Amino acid sequence: MTHETQKVLQGQAALITGGSQGLGRALGKALGAAGARLVLVARHTEPLAAAVAEIRAAGGEAHGIAADVADKDAAAAIAGQAAALVGPIDLLVNNASTLGPVPLRLLLDTDCEDLERALAVNLVGAFRLTKAIAGPMVLRGAGTIVNVSSDAATEAYERWGAYGASKAALEQLGRVWAAELAGTGVRLYTVDPGEMDTRMHADAIPEADRAELSDPARVADRLLALVAGADADAAATAAGARLAIRVGPQGAEAVR
Amino acid sequence: MRPARTYPHRRDDVRLLVIDPAAPAGSGLRETRTPALPDLLGPDDLLVVNDAATLPASLRGTDEAGHALEARLVAARGGARFAAVLFGAGDWHTRTEDRPAPPEIAPGARVRFGALGATLGRQAALSPRLVELHFDLEGDALWAALYKEGRPVQYAHLAHDLPLWAVQTVYATRPWAFEMPSAGRPLSWEILLALRRRGVRWASLTHAAGLSATGDPAIDAALPLAEAFEIPAATARAVAETRARDGRVVAVGTTVVRALEGAAAQSAGVVRAGRGETDLRITPAFRPHVVDGVLSGAHAAQESHFQLLAAFAGPELLAAAAAHAERAGFLTHELGDSMLVLPGALAAHGVAGTEVGA
Repeated sequence: MTHETQKVLQGQAALITGGSQGLGRALGKALGAAGARLVLVARHTEPLAAAVAEIRAAGGEAHGIAADVADKDAAAAIAGQAAALVGPIDLLVNNASTLGPVPLRLLLDTDCEDLERALAVNLVGAFRLTKAIAGPMVLRGAGTIVNVSSDAATEAYERWGAYGASKAALEQLGRVWAAELAGTGVRLYTVDPGEMDTRMHADAIPEADRAELSDPARVADRLLALVAGADADAAATAAGARLAIRVGPQGAEAVR
Repeated sequence: MRPARTYPHRRDDVRLLVIDPAAPAGSGLRETRTPALPDLLGPDDLLVVNDAATLPASLRGTDEAGHALEARLVAARGGARFAAVLFGAGDWHTRTEDRPAPPEIAPGARVRFGALGATLGRQAALSPRLVELHFDLEGDALWAALYKEGRPVQYAHLAHDLPLWAVQTVYATRPWAFEMPSAGRPLSWEILLALRRRGVRWASLTHAAGLSATGDPAIDAALPLAEAFEIPAATARAVAETRARDGRVVAVGTTVVRALEGAAAQSAGVVRAGRGETDLRITPAFRPHVVDGVLSGAHAAQESHFQLLAAFAGPELLAAAAAHAERAGFLTHELGDSMLVLPGALAAHGVAGTEVGA
C-alpha cells in the first residue's frame, strides 16, 4: 500500500492532436502527471519525440504518432495505432490547428487554398478523428471529447477570417455532436482557451506583450479539472455550449 | 451468387434475408433491408458485436535475394511477433489459389517490408507458408511501421483497392482483426441507436478474426486457426441477464459466435469475462449454448460461413434461404448483403419486406 493519492486520470487513455507544442504539449504534461496513458499526435517527429520524452521523464506514459490530421487516410490509422498502444480512448482532445500563412492576411488577399487548408486541419481533421473515436466511446457508453476553439470563432477580427471561420464551423459541429450524443454517456466540450503565450500566438501577433498572455500550463490545469469532472462549469458546458477559459498571466481567474 | 465488388452507397442499407427457424413451415423467410433490423429484435434481446478494428494486415516485401513476397498477418503472438501466411509475387488482384508460391525461405531468413524488417521464425507443421515473423521494431515504432507499410487484406473479386477506413465497422476500437469482422459493417449508428430506443441492449467483445482464405489447401482446411478474444465484464453480465430473462442473444458475425461459445465451452456453459483463445469450430452438429441467433453476411450454400448457420437453423429452411439468395441475386463477401438467422424474428407484426416462403 502506498499513501500516494490516486491520480485523477489514473489509467485513462487520452489522445491529443497537436501534442508537440503550445497548449497540446502543456496539456500532455498535465494529463500525464494525472496518470493518463497518453498518445500525442503531431506532424513533425522531432518535437513530437521531445514532448513524449518529457512526459516519460516525469514518470508518465506517453506515445507519439507522427501524422497530419488533414490527411484523409490518417484518421483510421491514428485511431488504430492509438488503441493498439493504450487501449480504447477515453479522452480525445482535438487541439491541432493551423493559422495558415503568417503574417495573417485580409480575406481579399487570402488564397482559396489557404482557406481550404484551414478547414481541412481545424474542421475536417477534427471531424474525421472524432468519427473514428466517438463510435467506440458510444459503444462503451463513456468518453469525453474536447474541441479546442478560439474567440476568433465568434469575433470578427480582421485577418483572422480563414482561421475564425474554421473554428466557428468546429463550434457548430460541436453543438450538433453534443445534441446527437446526448444520452450516450459521451460528453463533448468546446473550449476557447483565450490568448496564450505560444508559438502560434507569436506567429500571428508577434508584437503582442507576452506578459499579458495566459500561460498554457495554467490553461491545461483548468482543462484537466474540466475533463476530470472537477470543474463547476462542466455540467453547463456538456450540453454543447462553449467554455471560455481566461486564466490570464497573473493567476486572476476570470471565466466568460 | 456474386461477390460485392465495391461498397454499397450506404453502409446501412443493404438487402437482408431474415431466416426464422421458429416460424411455421412455409413462413420462415422474409426479404427486407437492414434498416428494418430494429423491428426484428425486441426489448429483452442483446446484440453482441465484435469491436475489433481491422489491421492493415497485408505487407508486401522481398526476401534477401530480392524475390517478391506478401505476408498476411493472421495472429498476434505478443510484442513484435506475429503469425503470418506467405504468398509469392503479386497482390490481391490475383485469386489466392492462383498466386505463385512464396520464395523458399527458412527460419532465420530476413525479409523486408519497405522500412520494416523482420526475421522469419519457425514454420508451422501445417504448411511452410504459415510462419512466425519477428519484426525488428516494437511499440510505437512497430505500430507506425505496420500502418505505414500495411494495406487491408482484400480479395480478387473487388473492383478497387480498399482504404483502411473502408474496412472498419462504426465501432472499431482496438486493431485485433486481420480481416474485417464484416457482419457488423451494415450497422450504422442510426440502426444501433434505433435498436436501443426499442430497448435492445448492445454489448461488445473483441475477437481477433484471422484470415478467411489463403489458397493453401492445408491451411484453408484448418481455418479458422485458434483466435484470441476478450470479453468485458459488462458483456458477460449482459449475456447472463439476457438468458435469465429468456431474451435472445444475437451475435453479429461468426467471430462473436466463436468468442461467446468458445468462452462458454471453457467454463461449463457460462460466459465469463476475461481473455482467452478458442479453436472452436462451428459445424452443423454444433449446439450453441448461449447464442440464439446470428447476423451474418450473405453466403452461398457451399461456403463454410453458410455451413455454420446450420448450427442455428434446420437444413430445409437453410436450403430455401440459399435458393432465394441465389435467385434474388444477393451479393456475398465482406461488402455484400446480409442474413439474419433468429428464432421468432418474424413473429413481430409489421416487419417490412416480402415474404419469401419456406
